[in-house]
Amino acid sequence: MSYVVSVRELGLRFGERRLWDDLSFELATGELLAVLGPNGTGKSSLLRILLGLIEPSAGSVEVLGRSPRQSRARIGYVPQQRIFDRDLALRARDLVRLGLDGHRWGVSVLTRDKWEQIERALTEVGAAEYADAPVGRLSGGEQQRLRVAQALVAEPALLLADEPLLSLDLSYQRIIIGLLDERRRRFGTPIVFVTHDINPILPMVDRVLYLAPGRWAIGAPDDVLTSETLSSLYETEVDVLRVRGRIVVVGTPDDQDVHHSHEHGHVHA
Amino acid sequence: MFSQLLAQHFVHTALLAGAVVAVVSGAIGVFVVTRGASFAVHAISELGFTGAAGALVIGVDPVLGMMGGSIVVGFVLGLLSLRGRERDSAIGAVLAFGLGVGVLFLSLYQGYATEATNLLFGSIVGVSDSQLRNLGIVALIVMVVIALAYRPLVFSSVDPEGAEARGVPLRALSVLTFLLLALATAEAIQVVGVLLVLTLVITPAAAAQRLTSRPEAALLLSIGIALVSTEGGILLSLEKPWPTSFFISAISFAVYLVARIVDVARPRSTRMSAPQTA
Repeated sequence: MSYVVSVRELGLRFGERRLWDDLSFELATGELLAVLGPNGTGKSSLLRILLGLIEPSAGSVEVLGRSPRQSRARIGYVPQQRIFDRDLALRARDLVRLGLDGHRWGVSVLTRDKWEQIERALTEVGAAEYADAPVGRLSGGEQQRLRVAQALVAEPALLLADEPLLSLDLSYQRIIIGLLDERRRRFGTPIVFVTHDINPILPMVDRVLYLAPGRWAIGAPDDVLTSETLSSLYETEVDVLRVRGRIVVVGTPDDQDVHHSHEHGHVHA
Repeated sequence: MFSQLLAQHFVHTALLAGAVVAVVSGAIGVFVVTRGASFAVHAISELGFTGAAGALVIGVDPVLGMMGGSIVVGFVLGLLSLRGRERDSAIGAVLAFGLGVGVLFLSLYQGYATEATNLLFGSIVGVSDSQLRNLGIVALIVMVVIALAYRPLVFSSVDPEGAEARGVPLRALSVLTFLLLALATAEAIQVVGVLLVLTLVITPAAAAQRLTSRPEAALLLSIGIALVSTEGGILLSLEKPWPTSFFISAISFAVYLVARIVDVARPRSTRMSAPQTA
């Protein structure tokens, strides 16, 4: 069987700091891999490696049988929400369009085909009604739906999402998750989903990659998210509790529980 | 009197030079406003002044000194690609020191003070034929580069995260934007002077942004507003002997005010029934 993503013995260091070694996994069609772990363990860096934006310190990565850089045009990326400037001269459809040809140099005019492709992506995420609205005047949830449309418009063979639910309220979280999951079910597009809170996506997760400082574990959620596995990853006593169908992790060194705030925080030396 | 002046060669040169400068300033302004880098325009133009004053002291063409000054600052700002508050304070610090050096250069300069005054306040009617040619060449370069890099320039300025994931080189485009800005600024200084560059680079783009949300339309509108302000300002100054720069800034500001009023009067864009996020 051929994998969409194949990561072999990957290592990442930033100067003296070692994030992980010997990280290997494959991603098959239709799979959803959740990447969890505290701040500073290289969750976003893993996505950047898959996008070919940074080189790993060791090991190799193949995306769709080629180098990440060569496959980049077939990767859709959904970043975390960042509110657009209110006065930005950019309509919803323009933002989505950038996902199609925003990286191209030179002068060109969009063909009718391409405009229809953009229209379809807008409709798919339920943004057709506000396609001509300035993005800066839309709500955060509406903007985030456009980010999904931007990631989907070029019909990606792989989706990478970096904390796409952050600062969205529950109803919008559900919409975004539904859109990504729909794509996966209909087209078999695998998803790598970086998140600090697994609970909103738990029903869809096939496997979890847990990155702890200097160590990692990968497997089905029920195998990785256990007191045993996390305690051995952190080398300290960690409890994984199931409370009302939610998973709560207690006792990690920075107490990285389900509602921990977002990344770029403190990093352990 | 007005029609007599209009037949003069120097007036034609001034109108042409004004048009050339308006096109580049209006075009690059859109990208600068989108990046929220208005303050950088001020820094680039004032350091252009320092370069020009330095050139005067050592007996070189001040226009060359000005280009040099703005390009160096533009390159450094683009390379740093700082955002938000950090950029503001860094620019403020560099700008203050650069101006201080400029003041020193001026005090060392023994020649005519008018040259320095012209740099500060502009001297559109003094544009020579060769100066016009040079303005035209630089403007052509800026516009061709903007056309070729248009989509990545837009992508990297409105949505850096998305652009980076698609392989758009953010830092290179930041440097490119600020270099183009430096060239446009050096052009605009020759028409409106160091102190009023913002009136051609920022005001038209800021007004255009409030009148349309289509990126291409905003670009064209910004160029149009810069053109109307410059040409209108030059014509008015023929009629009434006040400084051209005053008229240019007055027209572009008036358009900006109108744009804001129109924008306020515009119905709020579509709102969905879905809940608001805070």
